[in-house]
Amino acid sequence: MKYPKNGRFGEFGGKYIPETLVPAIEELEENYLKFKNDKNFKKELDYYLKVYAGRPTPLYYAKNLSEKLGGSKIYLKREDLLHGGAHKINNTLGQALLAKKMNKKRIIAETGAGQHGVATAMACAVLGMKAEVYMGYKDTIRQKLNVFRMNLLGAKVHPVKSGSKTLKDAINEAIRDWITNVETTYYLLGSAVGPHPYPVMVRDFQSVIGKEIKMQMKKINNKAPDSVIACVGGGSNAIGTFYPLVDTNAEIIGVEAAGQGLKSKLHSATLSAGSKGVLHGMMTYLLQDEEGQITETHSISAGLDYPGVGPEHSYYKDTKRIKYHSATDVEVIDAFLMLTRTEGIIPALESAHAIAEAIKVARKGKNSESIVVTLSGRGDKDVEEVQNYLNKNVED
Amino acid sequence: MSKIKEKFAELERKNQKALISYIMAGFPNEKATISTVRGLVKGGTDIIELGFPFSDPLADGQIIQNASTVSLEKGTKINKFFTLVKKIRKETDIPLVLMTYTNILYHKGYSKFIKDAKKAGIDGFILPDMSIEESKEYIDAAKNNADTIFLISPNTTKKRIEKISKISTGFLYLVAVFGTTGIKTGIKNYTLKAIKDVKKQTKGKIPIGVGFGVSTPDDVKKYISAGADAVIVGSAYLKLIEKTPQNKLETKIASFTKRLKKHTILKQ
Repeated sequence: MKYPKNGRFGEFGGKYIPETLVPAIEELEENYLKFKNDKNFKKELDYYLKVYAGRPTPLYYAKNLSEKLGGSKIYLKREDLLHGGAHKINNTLGQALLAKKMNKKRIIAETGAGQHGVATAMACAVLGMKAEVYMGYKDTIRQKLNVFRMNLLGAKVHPVKSGSKTLKDAINEAIRDWITNVETTYYLLGSAVGPHPYPVMVRDFQSVIGKEIKMQMKKINNKAPDSVIACVGGGSNAIGTFYPLVDTNAEIIGVEAAGQGLKSKLHSATLSAGSKGVLHGMMTYLLQDEEGQITETHSISAGLDYPGVGPEHSYYKDTKRIKYHSATDVEVIDAFLMLTRTEGIIPALESAHAIAEAIKVARKGKNSESIVVTLSGRGDKDVEEVQNYLNKNVED
Repeated sequence: MSKIKEKFAELERKNQKALISYIMAGFPNEKATISTVRGLVKGGTDIIELGFPFSDPLADGQIIQNASTVSLEKGTKINKFFTLVKKIRKETDIPLVLMTYTNILYHKGYSKFIKDAKKAGIDGFILPDMSIEESKEYIDAAKNNADTIFLISPNTTKKRIEKISKISTGFLYLVAVFGTTGIKTGIKNYTLKAIKDVKKQTKGKIPIGVGFGVSTPDDVKKYISAGADAVIVGSAYLKLIEKTPQNKLETKIASFTKRLKKHTILKQ
């Protein structure tokens, strides 16, 4: 869906927001529509994406992994090689540049694993803007290296101790800040979630991933890939990967965090196990109880620990254009280790969810078939978490 | 005529403005809520706003957010809440407004939720995250069942105020400050100006209630002097509830309410 009418992807999306935010959202939409096709804006953004962030990223043929599995060829879209180590920089450069054009001096953001916070801090530093980042207290503990990186980059980190102390609470707190400082502050949202126009804007800034895949695969195979796989929390790397490919014949699969299993309550698989509802300004699939209260989530990966999902994913789930599967923590660790040991690439735990699915798909596929997996980020931030997990499971 | 509308008409005849008191249902427990309601009625509040807790109350400040968490932990559920409303209804016919978030109604279905709430004794709804753009199904479900009270803010454009005041029934909720509930920024000139401007624009077709950060008798006095038809006090009540022993709740709430209410009675 190119630009959703009334901000709706089918029945999903919309603007469920306190009235105080309406002028800010209208101002944002007006400016986004003005700048998204503006030649100078595009030129400036392309410049930063190329010489600052490191685009285009390579499409790497994971020969060792593919041969080990004995099925389809796996290609990795190396967003982990971007400056900052994740796809997040595509969106933060776009939005920070837009905020600058809007003469906003103060930027706020929320972050789960810290990658969006780091990318926001980087974009703000290079563009000369101030950044403040909300982060769930639990996430500040498990991702303390990223907290330090944000501080080094000059951003202020606010640990959020309310609720489940994870990403959803960081978003609540960022929205509260925005309501209070709406006249001076730009809210740089990190995923393709929230009220319209955020989901479409973040998708557009991340679509550079899918556009490059399309071109790169054409060079390699002269056609679109047979399968495309990406992990889904809020779903920004996934929608950026998928959107340019939905009009091809590629099988598209989003992978959610099944945590300790979909039957346990300890997962974040919103599309696989959720129901429709309204949260953070949008109508989408949510993890909620029988009363409509948002439930706590679990994932070994802080970046996927969110009870909602971008509304465009909800639309593609219902229209069945995209399949949404899930990977458990155990499968994710196995995939993490397998990629690390066969290719010498340490993936982010988020991305390892997509790898886990790719392993399953590749095993069943033919050698003539190709799978593209978006490696949304690198795993440096997660090594301590993995070490703890492995130590615990060895002890157990 | 709706109960809320009747109340405003009655107050006008008595040359009074409305005091609307917000409390969180089930905070810190159901018994306390009943005692608080008794105190509010005794103290002379005109309308009671009952909060129903939501896990992610993004328009609320820390005080209401904490009260939501406590209420949920104590097991507040929708049916339990409706039973509580029925109990309150046996004691008073004061207008009751339910304040919660869109997902609570959407999840059960707007129509079913509103009908059940009406049956229990709820007269109107306030949903801070329900924008007019998304409100059609909600408005249709509430029609002839309950008032739909929408919020406006000091930065709402004239054009939007016109649209919102057309679909808002009962009263129009003017958010006093840029911020969440309970925020203490003092009384701002832009709020006083907004009260005057909105009154002028709506030409008395709908009462204007001012809320968020209204906590003292002096705040009430200033907003009423500026032309507000109602003031909404919330977080200040929750703070009082938190520090008052349960056996003294009714009298303490009644005396605080009397002090607030005094400033809504205009001189003849």
